[in-house]
Amino acid sequence: MNQFSALKNTLIAFFLLLSALYALPNVFGSDLAVQISAAGDAAIAQSDLDKVKATLESNKVRYKSVELVGRRVLARFEDNKSQLGAKEVLKQEMGRNYVAALNLAPSIPAWLSDLGGKAMSLGLDLRGGVHFLLEVDMQAVANMSLDKSYNELRTLLRQDRLYKSINKEKGSLLVHFKTLAAKEAGLSLIKSELGDLVILDVTHENELYVSVGIEKGALAEAKSNALKQNITTLRNRVNELGVAEPIIQQQGLERIVVQLPGVQDTARAKEILGAVATLEFRLVDEKNDPQTAIQSGRAPIGSKLYYFRDGRPLLLKTRVIATGENITGAASGVDSENATPMVNITLDSAGGRAMLDTTKRYLHHRMAVVFIENKVETVLENGKMVKNRSKTQDIINAATIQGTFSSRFQITGIDSAREARNLALLLRAGSLSAPIEIIEERTIGPSLGADNIAKGVMSVIVGFILVLFFMAFRYRVFGLVANVALTLNLVMIVAVLSLLQATLTLPGIAGIVLTVGMAVDANVLIFERIKEELGSNSNIQKSIAAGYDKAVLTIADANITTLIAALVLFSFGTGPIKGFAITLSIGIVTSMFTAIIVSRAMINKIYGGKKLEEISI
Amino acid sequence: MSLKALNIPTIDFVGKRTYAIIFSAMLIVLSIFSLTTNGLKLGIDFTGGTLIEVGYKQGVDLAEVRATLSGAGFNKANVQYFGSTNEILIRLEPQAISSAKLSTKIIQLLGNDVDIRRVEFVGPKVGEELTNDGGLAMLYALIGILIYVAFRFEYRFSLGSIAALIHDVIITLGFFSLFQFEFDLTVLAAILAVIGYSLNDTIVVFDRIRENFLSTRHVDPSKIINGALNQTLSRTIMTSLTTLLVLLALFFLGGEIIHSFAMALLIGVLIGTYSSIYVASSMILAMGITKEDMLPSEKEKQEIDTRP
Repeated sequence: MNQFSALKNTLIAFFLLLSALYALPNVFGSDLAVQISAAGDAAIAQSDLDKVKATLESNKVRYKSVELVGRRVLARFEDNKSQLGAKEVLKQEMGRNYVAALNLAPSIPAWLSDLGGKAMSLGLDLRGGVHFLLEVDMQAVANMSLDKSYNELRTLLRQDRLYKSINKEKGSLLVHFKTLAAKEAGLSLIKSELGDLVILDVTHENELYVSVGIEKGALAEAKSNALKQNITTLRNRVNELGVAEPIIQQQGLERIVVQLPGVQDTARAKEILGAVATLEFRLVDEKNDPQTAIQSGRAPIGSKLYYFRDGRPLLLKTRVIATGENITGAASGVDSENATPMVNITLDSAGGRAMLDTTKRYLHHRMAVVFIENKVETVLENGKMVKNRSKTQDIINAATIQGTFSSRFQITGIDSAREARNLALLLRAGSLSAPIEIIEERTIGPSLGADNIAKGVMSVIVGFILVLFFMAFRYRVFGLVANVALTLNLVMIVAVLSLLQATLTLPGIAGIVLTVGMAVDANVLIFERIKEELGSNSNIQKSIAAGYDKAVLTIADANITTLIAALVLFSFGTGPIKGFAITLSIGIVTSMFTAIIVSRAMINKIYGGKKLEEISI
Repeated sequence: MSLKALNIPTIDFVGKRTYAIIFSAMLIVLSIFSLTTNGLKLGIDFTGGTLIEVGYKQGVDLAEVRATLSGAGFNKANVQYFGSTNEILIRLEPQAISSAKLSTKIIQLLGNDVDIRRVEFVGPKVGEELTNDGGLAMLYALIGILIYVAFRFEYRFSLGSIAALIHDVIITLGFFSLFQFEFDLTVLAAILAVIGYSLNDTIVVFDRIRENFLSTRHVDPSKIINGALNQTLSRTIMTSLTTLLVLLALFFLGGEIIHSFAMALLIGVLIGTYSSIYVASSMILAMGITKEDMLPSEKEKQEIDTRP
């Protein structure tokens, strides 16, 4: 007895070899590298690879290799100096449509990576970098939707002069119709034309008043669109920063996680991510002098005083023609007629209509582009959380309307090509509609990351060796078997982590250390049980079998309950807790395999099928 | 068997349970007293605020750093050494200027020759959510375990194991409160791991109690429970020792960030080992468990016995 079938032994060996294979990539170190990827969705082609090579060679930067990996070109270097030098020249030569970023590339042999072998992905606490949790100000989104509806409603009802007034109330619009007939007509117009609005059932004292609100679904859509738009914008901005392998993800309904591995200059990262801008197109008030407005401290009715970024004042009409929300595209270019820089703008249909009306009426007038930045900060004031909202408004451009246009037009009169490019970028990024607040930041410097790896690995090794000695001392041959099982368990954990590409963090290493301690528990249970059985049973083979069989259920019960705790940790935990829960869960499952099945296979090989006088336990 | 004949100890655990109950009760009262008066020293994960760890090339004078900070209006900044005199940790409570930009300002104040090792900013809202989620995680873990144990064993075992877990959690929290060690997210993770560990221990004992109820003719529950505790004792000690060994490695070598985490686990494993011997089994004895209560599982037991 105590023999496994050949099939079972083969299967066990197969699993162990497979684990060893997929744990192997972690043995190889990594190269300093620069990765070049396309800024948008564009693919990377062979020609890009050739250009990278040519650029490096013409600038005399020494490289180890340049290769096409997935959607990026990876150039590897011997030392830090050539890596940094290469990044600079590549950033300049490849141009704006490409992102050049520093990276660490694992140097795994080709045959291994062909088999899908990958090294474990290290968390920010181990490799250094920034983690941001950003919250989109959804109250602002709701307000903006209401503003938009307010304008739409006014435009719609004005055509037939149906209303006396429309007032913004909390979350709804109060329309005062002129007559009952106007009310009938107005309501049917709203129903047919403005699908996003619902007529709220309000029994107002005066039956000429009707309250109108934004439909729930439309509001939810506006919010989810704002979030998606912001994610896209953040992704563009991160591309500008040049970060290898950034993570930009939605979390819940109003939050975005941004993780930038390897970014050191967090102040700049915060500035670029946090800049929340939108645009407004307004007509310039040509009739009044801004200086008089400054002196009197009051702008003429229908106008408002604005400033250029360099401080020059200008009076603009209060009515907004279109906002950044209407912009669907912006690209810089050169005007073919007089070879001056320009920006091509594309508006949505509502914006296009408004623009057409305006440009027809105000040909050869000036129109200004106002850059608006909304900031939101949550602060603790007198023990209460308060959202502080602040707003800056600058004119970035004021140019003469040369002809009528609607949804597609150009902004000319820009000083330089560089300014045009920046403006296009701002306009694209400006379509970020809702303010964002950084509500959590975790930055780990590179020196601490390296420290954490060293300390984590050290404690795993020391803890591991202590346990090995202890087990060998206490259980002799059986202890050695348990030690082999424990080592294989570590290999399996590494293999599973590498295959799943689950992020390994410092608490994750702690989870592995804890698993090492707890994995031996299964073997301890079995061995203690075998000892007991030996005391009451003269047949050694039967005792071994009984020891295993009786202990297995106990081990399963004990591990499943721990697994429940680990899974709860995983589903509720954020960041550090999650990392711990992942390795703990993986460790529990793999330890059951190695401690029960693998150790049994080894014991069977050593003692199985023989007539035994004594065993070393 | 090369070493020695098997000798199962015959320690009278059950007989001494009165002392254990008094001991546990004292610890719990002390813990609850400390928790209500001192409270926990919550880290910024829960309170919100800013934490900055910086490294200097040489040792730095804390008073100087404090002066620099208070000169710029950060009077409430808590500055302390972290690991060595070359490294300092600056903590700022959530305040009127609290925002992600605060850390940038502080870093500018400290000058260029410092190495920014770690910055953590947690907004007040996030802190509140993490506190709620942490509490919920603990609650759901307990409920999940309660259901699983009631399903696998019997409701009295379930209550016994939960009593032991609550005992462990309160005393570990009490320890952190009494000595005012910082309680952050990693400590919360550690306490949840302690729940898993302590339960592991308790389940092993319970498994044996159930087995003995079914296999022996004894009907005296206290004798059966005592027998099971003695039979599993060497396993309990071995497992605790190996776990403590790796935890000590983690505590001494894992670095400052892991310190509180390792400490919570060390305390928890010690208390958990004690509670699975004394608290859990005392509970089921007190609730009057008998052989008849075990009978529904008879079929399962036979299955185990008839295995090859």
